[in-house]
Formats: sequence, structure tokens, C-alpha cells
Amino acid sequence: MTTPLLSIKNLRVKFRLDRHNSFEALKGISFDVMPNQTVALVGESGSGKSVASLAVLGLLPKENATVDKASSIEFEGKNLLKLSNAEKRALRGSEISMIFQEPMSSLNPVFTVGFQIEEVLKEHKGLSGKAARDRAIALLTEVGIPEPAIRIDSFPHQMSGGQQQRVMIAMAIACEPKLLIADEPTTALDVTIQKQILDLIAALQKKHNMSVLFITHDLAVVGDIADHVVVMRSGEIREQGSAQAIFTAPKDDYTRALLACRPVVDSRPKRLPVIDDFMAGRADAMRLEQRSRGVKDSDPVVLEVKGLCKDFVSREGLFGKRIFNAAKDVSFKLRKGKTLGLVGESGSGKTTVGLTIMRLHDATKGEAWFDGKNIFAMSEKEFLPYKKRIQIIFQNPYASLNPRFTVGQIICEPMIIHGIGANAEARAKMAFELLAKVGLPEMSFYKYPHEFSGGQRQRIAIARCLTMKPDILICDESVSALDVSVQAQVLNLLQDLQDEFGMSYIFISHDLAVVKYMSDEVMVMSEGNVVEQGDSDELYAAPKAAYTRRLLDSIPKGLHA
Amino acid sequence: MTTATATRNQIGIDRSPGLWSLAWKRLRADHIAVVSMVIVIAFLLLSVGAFFGLIAKDWNREVAVNYAPPTLFKDSHKAPDTKAGADAGPTVDGAAAKPEFINDRDPLRDVINDLKTQLGQSIGGAATVDSGIKIVDPLADVLTELRKQLGRTGDGAANVVEAKRLDYLPFGADKWGRDVLAKVIQGSETSILVGFAAAIVATIMGTVLGAFAGYYGGKTDDALNWFYSIFSSIPYILLVLAIAAVLKQKGVVTVVLILGLTGWTSIFRLVRAEYLKHKSRDYVRAANAIGASNLRRMFVHIFPNISHVVLVQLSLHVVLFIKSEVILSFLGFGVPVDVVSWGSMLNESQNELILGYWWQLAAATVFMAVLVTAFSLFTDALRDALDPKLK
Repeated sequence: MTTPLLSIKNLRVKFRLDRHNSFEALKGISFDVMPNQTVALVGESGSGKSVASLAVLGLLPKENATVDKASSIEFEGKNLLKLSNAEKRALRGSEISMIFQEPMSSLNPVFTVGFQIEEVLKEHKGLSGKAARDRAIALLTEVGIPEPAIRIDSFPHQMSGGQQQRVMIAMAIACEPKLLIADEPTTALDVTIQKQILDLIAALQKKHNMSVLFITHDLAVVGDIADHVVVMRSGEIREQGSAQAIFTAPKDDYTRALLACRPVVDSRPKRLPVIDDFMAGRADAMRLEQRSRGVKDSDPVVLEVKGLCKDFVSREGLFGKRIFNAAKDVSFKLRKGKTLGLVGESGSGKTTVGLTIMRLHDATKGEAWFDGKNIFAMSEKEFLPYKKRIQIIFQNPYASLNPRFTVGQIICEPMIIHGIGANAEARAKMAFELLAKVGLPEMSFYKYPHEFSGGQRQRIAIARCLTMKPDILICDESVSALDVSVQAQVLNLLQDLQDEFGMSYIFISHDLAVVKYMSDEVMVMSEGNVVEQGDSDELYAAPKAAYTRRLLDSIPKGLHA
Repeated sequence: MTTATATRNQIGIDRSPGLWSLAWKRLRADHIAVVSMVIVIAFLLLSVGAFFGLIAKDWNREVAVNYAPPTLFKDSHKAPDTKAGADAGPTVDGAAAKPEFINDRDPLRDVINDLKTQLGQSIGGAATVDSGIKIVDPLADVLTELRKQLGRTGDGAANVVEAKRLDYLPFGADKWGRDVLAKVIQGSETSILVGFAAAIVATIMGTVLGAFAGYYGGKTDDALNWFYSIFSSIPYILLVLAIAAVLKQKGVVTVVLILGLTGWTSIFRLVRAEYLKHKSRDYVRAANAIGASNLRRMFVHIFPNISHVVLVQLSLHVVLFIKSEVILSFLGFGVPVDVVSWGSMLNESQNELILGYWWQLAAATVFMAVLVTAFSLFTDALRDALDPKLK
């Protein structure tokens, strides 16, 4: 057996929260990364996977993080925890390098990408001007940037998100590191781009004989590229083994739950199993009960949108202006108690459609017939009574709740505005009922949003919408920011509420599997146009448009068959 | 929300700490903040006390000899003229008690001597200055009468009833023999009042205008930005002069208005930027989605989220305006002469400095410096406490 390139033994990291409390982020984890191997570190938020990668790089915040004395991180026989800062710095970038989640914020916006790549080369390889530039162009070619000799002088904002991530990868492999740490490198990207980047990392790993430590929350992504998988939860390793073993015969309940709670395209259980179900051993039974989807012509139409167009006008120069068509001629019917799924990559205009129906943007053209009236033609005042009947749940639960309001105030506010409930007492009573309905404890009423996790916050946002008993609920990427297990819980909640109140949903997401799970009808959008529209089962089974096919092909399948 | 409160008490949970209680906790843990807060509160108590006449009520009384030096400098600083006069007891101004002062090199020496003998002859020995003046000054009688009416017994025979004037005071005395310590405390009332009032005026103005400009954007923003640009393009002192000319009368209210009307610009800019940032946040959109009106979104939703910025600005401007009041009064655009403030004290000491009487300057400067430093440190600590991420 070969010696491991990186060997983490009994790593314990503690964070000091204040004078008395500390939080143990890693509770003694051990795993090895062999040379020439891709190891995936999988876990949901709070599992400690990022802390582990920061510990390897020696980038833990010094003020409050302490690494246990018995821990060791050995890289080619050297204990990284015992190195001096200068030695660590020499190692970072040349032997070990890292790709971060957000390429937009990891690249310096005031320097050209060429300059930033050359900087790494000058620093670690001692290359001079011309040689560094040539090497940078070679690297850009290698990561698949078109016309590298020209694009080398581009600034980061002139590139797309995928290209920026490619530049980050070029910087990371510039010095031919032995170990590449990729921290959620594809999470911020669209599915089609995600697939390209994953393929690129896999190809580079083979070509340069690197080892890759791939950190992600998405087990499905890992299947395509990892040799060895380490599943983490709350600072502990739950299970580790070869990718084959993890995907085909997971031993740990948590691993099984992670694999199962993500909706898949070819099955639609009535409820998604969540981690608790696995712990209680009732998950397998749940998967058998399927839900049927689809609409009949006899279903009443709640909202009919005809020829919706939305242009954004931006000023350019002194008098010039540029018109950007965010949505072009979008028409659809939403039926009572049914869900319309809206899929597309970023920039496809799906969110614009959602916001325009809510009149958070004014439509440039088009009609929306709701309850026998065209809501686009109404004045702001006339629309107010309709506002409560169409509600929205935003993507980011961390941003959509006012941080200075208690949950009680947040839930009671729409009732105050619309005069629901006789007095404060009645409103508070209703708020307590709704909290119970969305599965939050009563004492949440007095807390502030920051005291809740992402999934809980999304429940608060849902409770706020429910106060108005809307007919239509627009879910704008409402589960995209959540961990898969939490996502399953929220999807179940939305499903239960639809069954109970008969609401119609417009479900906007970039995640095709989630949309498939939730929707009766699906509309695929690209660059403001509706590419394809139809019954969800039919559309997924036999996509007509080439774009839809490409989207469906990009869905991570777990283990490559 | 009576039931809500009741239920909470039944469940027995404490209200979760909000921003303010957390900030207060952080503030209390900061030693510098605590010390500066104590100093600021002490100053506030002083000025409130002065306002209600609890302390330094008699600042206008002439309790000591003119320019009595501070106690600390009893030995090093001789004040022969005043000392000699004071020694003479009740008849301070009695010419007879004063030692004859003869300047040998005075070219008018002979003339003066002549005059003196004439005086002595005409009145016949029992010469007092009072009667002496009467001969020179035809209005002397009227003056004495007026002084009596005013209750000032600063002259001549009437002076006998006044208590003994002190030679030294802890902080010295001014031109009229008024206690500089009492004066500086009385002055702190004016300065702090002006500082706070003007800061509140400027903050309200800057916040409201900034909120409208940032929230509505477009034409409203353009108009308010023009207004702002015009205001900030005029040189400060010129603007102050212009406003003072428009307001015509001098007084504390005028100073507050001058400072408030000229000082809102930086707050406007900051608040506008904050509103620009916040108006497109999801929570504001969500408020729009549930039907909250524009004003509600602006002041119920966004304002609490930027209130820490406003509070820090308020605190910063109090410091700024206390200094500005001093400068304005020093230049003579500030409070009227009969109102004492640190600025008017500095103004008076302009002339005194030439004569070597530095204590009024020192007292006003030290008081102002201590308050301003403490307040600035407090503002810094406040900002850190409200926004710990900045640190």
C-alpha cells in the first residue's frame, strides 16, 4: 500500500464563542488522501467540512480557533500543524492550492485575470514577465477558456460565472500542486456549467496526477468524480468508503437519508423521506406511495398570463439607453390546486416572471387575468386587496425576513396591514396556530430571525404568507439555499399545505429534479423565452427542445452508470 | 399584545436579546466606552443642573477681584495691583486706600499733580473717587443711580455693604471678577444644549431627506441631490453668515438652526446610501409583497435596520456641533454676549491673553477637550458595539 499524500488523524477543532462557551466544530476526524485520488468530503452545513479544509491550509482564524494537541495533519510526512507561518505560506499555492465557492468574490475585480494568474507564477515559480504570460495563456487554454491570448487581458466582470471559476482553477493548478482542495466549486453555478466544471476537474486530476479533496453538500455531484467518499455530520465522520460502496450499499442511516431525500427525476413519492424517517426506519415504506401529477382540462384556471413582456432599460452614455428583454411573450395558465414549475438557468427570466406577476416589477406588456380582472392594468391602490391573494416566498431566507423584527411581528404584520384578525390578541393567537402548522415551537414567536436555521426561516416566511390565505403562492428558488435534508422537509411542508388549502403554486427553480417532484406542469425558459411547456411527466420523459435535453443531461446522477 | 405577553410569562422565557440589548452588552464590556460614558454623563448632569439652576446659578455674581488668578498659581503669579486693592477691605475702590502711583517718566506728571491738588482743594481733604469722578464726569450721578437700580453695588460708598471679594478662585476669575468655574459650567449648559439640539435637527433633516432620496430614487433623488450639492458647494463660513443674516436675531435658537441647517449634508449622504442598499433587499420586497405602503417600508422596515448608522452619526455630530458652536461664538456669530458659552469665553479671552490672563481660556478649552474626547471615544465604542463586524 502506498503512503497517503495527506493524512488527517484525530483532528479536533474548537471555536471559542465567548468567555465561557466554546463549540467543537470537529470531534476527532481521521481520513487519508492517497496520491492520485479524488476524495469527497460530503456533509450539510455545520458538518465541519469547510473547517477541515481550512485546517489543512492553516487558514483557521487565530483569535478563536484552537486545534487539539493530539491532532495531526500530515502532508508528505510533515505535520502541517507544526509548521511556521512562512513554511505554510510556501506550501500554499505551490504544493496545496484551493478553489473557492464564489468565483466572483475570490477574484480581485481591479486586476485582469492574466495579472492574477501571473502573480501566482511569479510568487511561487519565480517566472519573469514573458515566461509568466506564456504560461498563463497555456493554463487558460488548458481550462478551456476560448481565445485565451485575448481573454487573458479581461477583467473578471467581463467573464461569466463559469469562466471565472475556470480562471480560479487555472490559478490553482498554475504551480502543479500535489493536492487541490475544491470547496463547493460548483454550488454557485448552473447545472450545465456545473457539469462542465466537474468534467474539467476530473480531467485535470488525471492529467496532472493530482489528488483532489472535493468538498460539497451534494452527494449526487460526488458520484461522477470521487474515488473515496467521507460523509460528515456535526463534526463527526458518519461513514467513509469507496464511492461505489457509499452509493450502492450505504451502511449509515444518515448516508442513506442524504441519498434518498433528494428528489429524483424518475420517482415521485407522496412525501420525501427525511432523516428522521430513516432513523425511525420507515423510509422504505414511504417511497412506495407515489403521487400522481398532471392537469386535466376540467381544472379551473386561477391565473392566466398572456404575452407577458418585461424590459429593463439601462442608461448608457449620455443619452443612449440599452433595453434588455428579461421576459419575452410569456403565456401560461395556472390551475387551481396545481403547481406550475418554471425551470431555467440563471438569466433565463424565470424570476422576472414571478416578480412581475406579483407586481414587484411593472410589466412592459401583457395581461394577467386573475379573478376575472387584469391585474396588470390596475393601479397600485386597486391592486392592494389582490396583493394578499398572490404571495411569494423568496430564495434567501436569510435576507427575506427583517432582522429587526421578532418572528411574532413578522407574522402579525400582514394581518395588521390587511386588517385580518379583530385585535392584537386574535392576531397573536392566529400566529401561534400558524407556527404550529409550519412546525415551529411556540416560543419562536418571541425570537429574532437570526436565531433560526435556514430551513426554519423559510418556514417563518411560509407562515407569513399563510396569514393572508393566498390563492397563489410563488416559490422563487425557495429551497435552493437549503441543505438537501432540510429541502426535503420544506418541500413536504409545501406539499402538505397545498393539499390542505388548495393553493396553486408557481414553483421557480434551477433544480430540475425538484421541479419535477413538485410540478404538474412545467415551463422551461431560456434567455427570456419559453422554450418548452407542458405536462411535467411527458416533458421529462420526452423533451422536444434541444435546450431541455441538454438541461436534463446535466443533472448529476449520483453514480455514473 | 397582552395575551402574547401573558403567554410568554406563562412559558417563562425571556425575550430574545435584540440588537440594542446585545449592543449594550458589548458596550459595557468595553472599558474605554464605560469611562467615556461616565464622563459624558457627568457633563450632561452638570449642564442639566445648570439648566435648572441647581449649580452655578450665581455665575453672574462678581465674587472675586478682577482677574483673580487660579488657586494653584497663588505663589507663582503675583497680582500686585489687585492684591493691594483687596487688602484694603470694603473700600476697595477708595482712592485714599490706594497707594499713590507715580510714574517718574510720565510727561503729564506735572499736569496730573496739578489736577490732584486742585481736586483736593475744591472738596476739602475728604476726597473720594466717587466725588472726584463727579467733577470730571457730568453723568456720574445718573450712573450711580442706574447702578443702584440694577442692584449692582460696584462703586463707591455703596460698595461697603458687599461681601469681601476673594483674591483667588480655584479656576480664577474674569474681567468682572466672576468665578470662571461657575462660568464654565454655565457655559457647558449652552454648548451641550446647542450641540445636542443642532445634532438632532441635522439628523432628522438628513435622515428624512436621505430616506426619500435613497428609497424613491429617480427624480426625487436627483432633486434632493441637487439641493445637497448646492448646500455642500458653498463655503461653510459663508453659508453660516448667510443664514445668520437671514435669521437676523442672535440667540441660542439661531445657532441651533445655523448648525442644523448646514450640518445635515453628511448624514443625508450616508442615509441615502443605506436606503439605496436596503430598498432592493429581499425583506423590503417581502414587505412590498405583503402590501406594506411605501412609508411603512421606509420607516417601519428599513429604518430600524439603519438606525445604528443614524445613531452613530447623531453622536458624531453632537461632538462636531459642540466644537462648531465654540468656533461660531468665538467668531462672534454665535450666542449673544449675555449668554455665556465656551465659545464666548474663548472670545473674551482673546483680549485677556495679551494681558497674560490665561485661565478663562484654559478652563473653557480643558472642559471642551475633555467632553469632546470622551464623546468621540464613546461614539467609536458605540459604533463598534452596534456593528461588531467592522472591528
